[in-house]
Amino acid sequence: MKLMIALIAGMFFGGGLVVSGMTDTAKVQGWLDVFGAWDPTLAFVMGGAMIPMAIAWILTKGRSPLTGGQFPAPSEPKLGRDLIVGSVLFGMGWALAGLCPGPSIAAISFGGTSMLIFLVAMAAGMFLAPRVRSMMGT
Amino acid sequence: MENIAFQTDWLYGLIGGLFIGLGGAVFLLGNGRIMGASGLIGGLVDGSGWSNGAERITFLAGVIIMPIIVLQFWDRSETNITDNVIQLVAAGLLVGIGTRIANGCTSGHGVCGISRLSLRGIVATVFYILAGAVTMAFFRAVLGWI
Repeated sequence: MKLMIALIAGMFFGGGLVVSGMTDTAKVQGWLDVFGAWDPTLAFVMGGAMIPMAIAWILTKGRSPLTGGQFPAPSEPKLGRDLIVGSVLFGMGWALAGLCPGPSIAAISFGGTSMLIFLVAMAAGMFLAPRVRSMMGT
Repeated sequence: MENIAFQTDWLYGLIGGLFIGLGGAVFLLGNGRIMGASGLIGGLVDGSGWSNGAERITFLAGVIIMPIIVLQFWDRSETNITDNVIQLVAAGLLVGIGTRIANGCTSGHGVCGISRLSLRGIVATVFYILAGAVTMAFFRAVLGWI
């Protein structure tokens, strides 16, 4: 049951990423290009995604997940250096190739060698992240 | 009717966005999990998420399968991705390291976090968009790259 739900959720996510155009790096770079030919599509994607998600969060109140267990507790409102530094590094990489983790996976079947190179580098980055974090002394 | 071509990008964005949110809603209400792409992938890469690895792999399989199905009916395969290897490797490393240190990306902090009014999600999103816009301005407007 858990796996069935994960598959369905993943299919919605992957389908949504392709339909919305987020697997097109030009759209993402266009969104970040505020001083150039700015493309607002990403705002519609984010806004659209937050509607079902906000309803889902409301529905979690007083309930538990369908397959048992508990809903994730709200994170502590702690804004450490990790969050800021990590987000800045991510933003730089996001702009550089026009890709974030979700779309790069969704486009693995049609993105060619370039997409694979990005994915391997991203995985390497994820593997190295704990070491970078300890270098930051946090 | 002439405006349709101009508006379809936004409309597709909105419809695709609704599907993305629906995926997040199903994952949350069904399995009690937050749909964060970097966390789901990262946990497999560094081994921290192997205890529920099957769930992660199945989710990611869905993410890969659905675009293959969609592309049978609608050629939406244009990625405009660069073939500059240095640019791809630098971007991948930054995205991988950054999302893991920040513990989230566009889906986890952005979609799932902001819709819950999570302060961390909002702050992370502000910073990665700002950093992205500055990087874009630097490389495109100043250096003429990208």
